[in-house]
Amino acid sequence: MSATQIAITLAYLLAAVLFILGLKQLSSPKGARNGNFTAALGMLVALAATIPLLHFTPAGLVITGIGIVIGTVVGTVGARVVRMTAIPQMVALFNGVGGGAAALVAVAELLKFGAHPAFAESFPSVFSIVIGSVSFAGSAVAFAKLQELMTGTPITYPGQQVVNGLLAAAIVGFAIAVIAIASIPFSFLALMVLALILGVAFVLPIGGADMPVVISILNACTGLAVAASGFTLNNFALIVAGTLVGASGSLLTKLMSDAMGRSLGNILFGAFGQVHTAATAAAGAQGRSVRSASAEDLGTLLAYSQRVIIVPGYGLAVAQAQHAARELADVLEKRGVEVEYAIHPVAGRMPGHMNVLLAEANVPYEQLKEMDQVNDDFKNADVALIVGANDVVNPAARNTPGSPIYGMPILNADQAKNIIFMKRSMRPGFAGIDNDLMFGPKTVMFFGDAKDSLTKLVSAVKAA
Amino acid sequence: MTNELIDEFTFFVLAVFVGFEVISKVPTILHTPLMSGTNAIHGIILVGAVLIASGAESPVNIVLGLVAVTLATTNVVGGFVVTDRMLEMFKGRQPGKTSPSPSGRGQGRGA
Repeated sequence: MSATQIAITLAYLLAAVLFILGLKQLSSPKGARNGNFTAALGMLVALAATIPLLHFTPAGLVITGIGIVIGTVVGTVGARVVRMTAIPQMVALFNGVGGGAAALVAVAELLKFGAHPAFAESFPSVFSIVIGSVSFAGSAVAFAKLQELMTGTPITYPGQQVVNGLLAAAIVGFAIAVIAIASIPFSFLALMVLALILGVAFVLPIGGADMPVVISILNACTGLAVAASGFTLNNFALIVAGTLVGASGSLLTKLMSDAMGRSLGNILFGAFGQVHTAATAAAGAQGRSVRSASAEDLGTLLAYSQRVIIVPGYGLAVAQAQHAARELADVLEKRGVEVEYAIHPVAGRMPGHMNVLLAEANVPYEQLKEMDQVNDDFKNADVALIVGANDVVNPAARNTPGSPIYGMPILNADQAKNIIFMKRSMRPGFAGIDNDLMFGPKTVMFFGDAKDSLTKLVSAVKAA
Repeated sequence: MTNELIDEFTFFVLAVFVGFEVISKVPTILHTPLMSGTNAIHGIILVGAVLIASGAESPVNIVLGLVAVTLATTNVVGGFVVTDRMLEMFKGRQPGKTSPSPSGRGQGRGA
C-alpha cells in the first residue's frame, strides 16, 4: 500500500465515522441540526479523499464539472425555494435521483467488465441496476402523488398482484441471464426497463397518505444500491455509507409505520384485493347527502359555544390559513369561548409540520394539544372545527376493519356535540377513502378555501 | 473469493449492525428529518459517479457519467440543504418555548 492509498483509506474511515456520528445526532432533538452538518462534513471528506483516485480525460473533466455545477444549482434551488408544504415530495425527488445515479454507475462498471465478468463483479452491478431503478421510478410516482400530479388514491386493478409477481420473476430471470451469460449485448437495458416498470407498479396501489413510509423504504433501497455499487467499484466509502443508510432506513421505515399504528404489510399491500370494497363505498357515498350551512349560522353556533376544538390539517397549511385560524380563535376567546387546537401526529403530511405552522402564526403554545392529551376532551366540546383535515378524523380508522387506514390512531372529533367540517370539496382525503364523519347527523359541511372560510367565520362571529 | 471481497463483506455486515444501533431510539417528530438526512448520505454515490465520469472516453460513458454526476450531486446538495431547512423550523419549538407550557407537553415531545 502506498502512502496515498493509506491516506485515502484513513480519510474514508473518517468520513464513515462522521456519518455515524451525524446519524446519532440526527436522532435526538438537541443535536439534530448539528448532526446534519456532521454528515455533510463526512461527505466533503469522502469527496476530497477521492480526488487522488481520479485520472481525468479531457471529456471526463468537462462532464464532471458540468454535472457538479448543474446538480449543485438544481439541488440548492430546489431545496431552498420549495414551499414548506411540499418538502416530503422534495425528499422523494432527491432520493430518486440518488437511486438513478447508483444504477447508472453500475451500468458503466458492467460495460467495463466486458463479456464475462466474474460473479463478484456482475452480481453487485445487477443488484444495483435493479434496486436503483426501482427506487428511481418509485420515487417519481411518490413525487407525482404528493405533488398531486396524479391521484393520491390507491390505483388497483384485478390481478395486480399476479402482474407484479410476474414482473419480479422476469427481473430475476433477466438478472440471472445477465450474470451467467453476459455476452448478450445491452441485456442490462431490458433489466433496467423492467425494474423501472416494477418501481411504478409497486407504488401505484399505495395511498398518498402512506407516501412518507414508501419514501423511507425507497430511501433504504437506494442505500443498498449504493452499497452494491461500492462492491463493484471496490470502494470502502460507498459500501459503508450505503449500508448505513440501508440498515437505518429499514429500521426507520418500521418505526414510521409503528407510529402510524399500522403494519408495514398493511401499508404496502393493504390496497390489494380492496377493489370491491372501495367501489362499494364510493357507490354508497353517492347516494348519501350532507348538511351544509351558511357562515352566519355557523358563526352563531361558534359564538355561543363554551368550548371549541380546532382540528387543523393539510388544507389549512396549503391555504396558508394559520393566521386566519388564530384570528378566529382570538375573537372567540374575547367572547369567553375556550379554544384549543388538536394536533394529530401526522397532520400536515410531515410529523411536527402543523406545530411549526401554528407557532409561526403566534398561536399560544398552551393551546396546541397533542392527540393523547386532547382526545378525551372532545366529548365535552360544543364544536369540533375541522379545518382542511380529513383522514385524521375518519372514524373508519376505528370502525371499519377493511379500510386502508384501519388501526391508525385518530382524533375523536366525532364525539363532539357539533362538528363543523371545513373542506374545499367532497373529494376524499389523501388516503383516497370516504369519511363517514361528513355524513354524520351532528356534522355540518362548510365548503370553500380554508382561509376564505375562516375569514367569513370571523366576521360572522363578530356579528353574532 | 479474493481477500478484498472478504474485507468488503466484513465492512458490509458491521455497517448493517451500526446502522440499526445508531438510530434505535428516535422520537416521532424527527422521523422525517432523519429520513431526509440518510437520504443525503446515500448521495455518496457521487464518489462512484465521479470515478466513472472522470475517465470517460466513449460516448456511452460520457453520457452515463454526465447524467450520474448530475443526479448524484443533486442528491447530495439537495438532501443536506432540505434537511437543514426542516431542522431550522423545528428550532422554533425548542426549550425556550416549551418551558412556559404548564401541561408538561414538552416532556411528551422530547423536544
